Amino acid sequence: MIRFENVSKIYLPDTVALKNISFGVEKKEFVSIVGKSGAGKTTLLKLLLASEKPSRGKIFFGGRDISEMGPEEIPEHRKRIGAVFQDYKLLDSKNAYENIVYIMEVLGKSDEEIVRDVPKVLDIVGLTERADHFPAELSAGERQRAAIARALIHRPEVILADEPTGNLDPYNTSEIIRLLLKINELGTTIILATHNKEIINSLGRRVITLDQGKLVRDEKEGRFIL
Amino acid sequence: MSLSRDGGVIATTIFVLVLTIALITSIFLLKGISHFVIAAIEEKVDISVYFKETVSEDEIMEMKDEIYQVSEPENIQYVSKEEALEAFIKRHKEEPILMQSLEEIGVNPFLASLNIKASDPAQYEQIAQFLEGNDFEESIEKVDYYQRKPVIERIFSLTDSFKKIGIALSVLLVFFSFLVVLNTTRLAIYNLREEIQVQRLVGASNWFIRGPFLVQGVVAGVAAALITFAIFALGCWIFSPNINALFRDLNIWEYFTDNLLGIILIQLGTGIGLGVISSFITVRKYLKI
Repeated sequence: MIRFENVSKIYLPDTVALKNISFGVEKKEFVSIVGKSGAGKTTLLKLLLASEKPSRGKIFFGGRDISEMGPEEIPEHRKRIGAVFQDYKLLDSKNAYENIVYIMEVLGKSDEEIVRDVPKVLDIVGLTERADHFPAELSAGERQRAAIARALIHRPEVILADEPTGNLDPYNTSEIIRLLLKINELGTTIILATHNKEIINSLGRRVITLDQGKLVRDEKEGRFIL
Repeated sequence: MSLSRDGGVIATTIFVLVLTIALITSIFLLKGISHFVIAAIEEKVDISVYFKETVSEDEIMEMKDEIYQVSEPENIQYVSKEEALEAFIKRHKEEPILMQSLEEIGVNPFLASLNIKASDPAQYEQIAQFLEGNDFEESIEKVDYYQRKPVIERIFSLTDSFKKIGIALSVLLVFFSFLVVLNTTRLAIYNLREEIQVQRLVGASNWFIRGPFLVQGVVAGVAAALITFAIFALGCWIFSPNINALFRDLNIWEYFTDNLLGIILIQLGTGIGLGVISSFITVRKYLKI
């Protein structure tokens, strides 16, 4: 479904963020990308979101080369992806429910679809009771669950999670990971970038290890080794 | 979307746009008015040939015919001494000092004259040359022509320099308002950066993200055009009688209403054009998808 072919990303003048990376991700896979800060995890996710273009190589998503896409094709591409970040990127002026509704409005969904889908997603992430609270009134874990709900609402094929547990305590961390696993079981591909050793070792899923922009390990039931 | 947020900035933008549109409208109005004034003066300009006391009416009539043959002017009007006196009395009968001094002179001090109106301003030179280089020259007291020529030239050069200054200022203001709209749009983009980031992430279309900023440019342009239009309409309406008193036949309000469509088009065109183009460029430059 996703395939990186000899992808390099160089930030001028001479920062090599990714160096000749090749790998593939199948549908419904749960893949973790690990590495130290600056190893290239975030760059890799940015390339997938088409917010950056590779300096060399090709990135295929469902058969289409992302790096060849014109600006008019990128929005359609992004609709197939849900993204979750360490800093949640929720809109502070909207409560949890509205943050999700906003996405549906942006995508031009009807009011019926909004009333039907938003409560369902809030239920999946366990935020039904806290839906009318603003981000500032939510705990870090709740905020991240709201962000995941928002990433899910448009039924993406893939969820990219960039350090989603970076700001969370161990309890909330395992809650979020459990939630991602549940979403994966429902059929969504998950790509999780993290440097949390415990998560990786407890998951027992595929692990791609990056080091200084190079892919140094790709194991089916990987562990966190750096 | 962001219109309500950045009130002060939007007000500044509209103000600068109003200045720009006002200046461009002024150039347009000035062009029309100066055409009108020049036409009015050209209409009035004629060559008055005053004859010495000794010259008889017959001689003058002879000369009139010759001028007709030489340069085919639009018309030549003979004004006798008596007619000139009558006209003077008629014009100044309300002014006792003038009438009194006329009485004191005792005789008719006016000279008989030919008022020549050319069909084309270029003919004046030709007629003047004919008059000077002719046997009649000795019968002529004076030719009143050269006194009016500089007036026309002055008006021409005055409106010309007004126009040049106006155009230079407009270019400057267009550039200035372009920068202001650009900054307003940048600020709006900055204020909404989080929403924009989220919109991008979920694949909102380019137009969905960029559209509101262009709409903001259009709204600012239209608002500025409407304000300028109101100012000019009011100004023309209020000052029209005063100007009319200064220059007879020049009715600014009438000129304004006659050219209403042109003025509206110029104002809306300038406002919307500036608003849209500069916000479009900003969005292209600063709102990467």
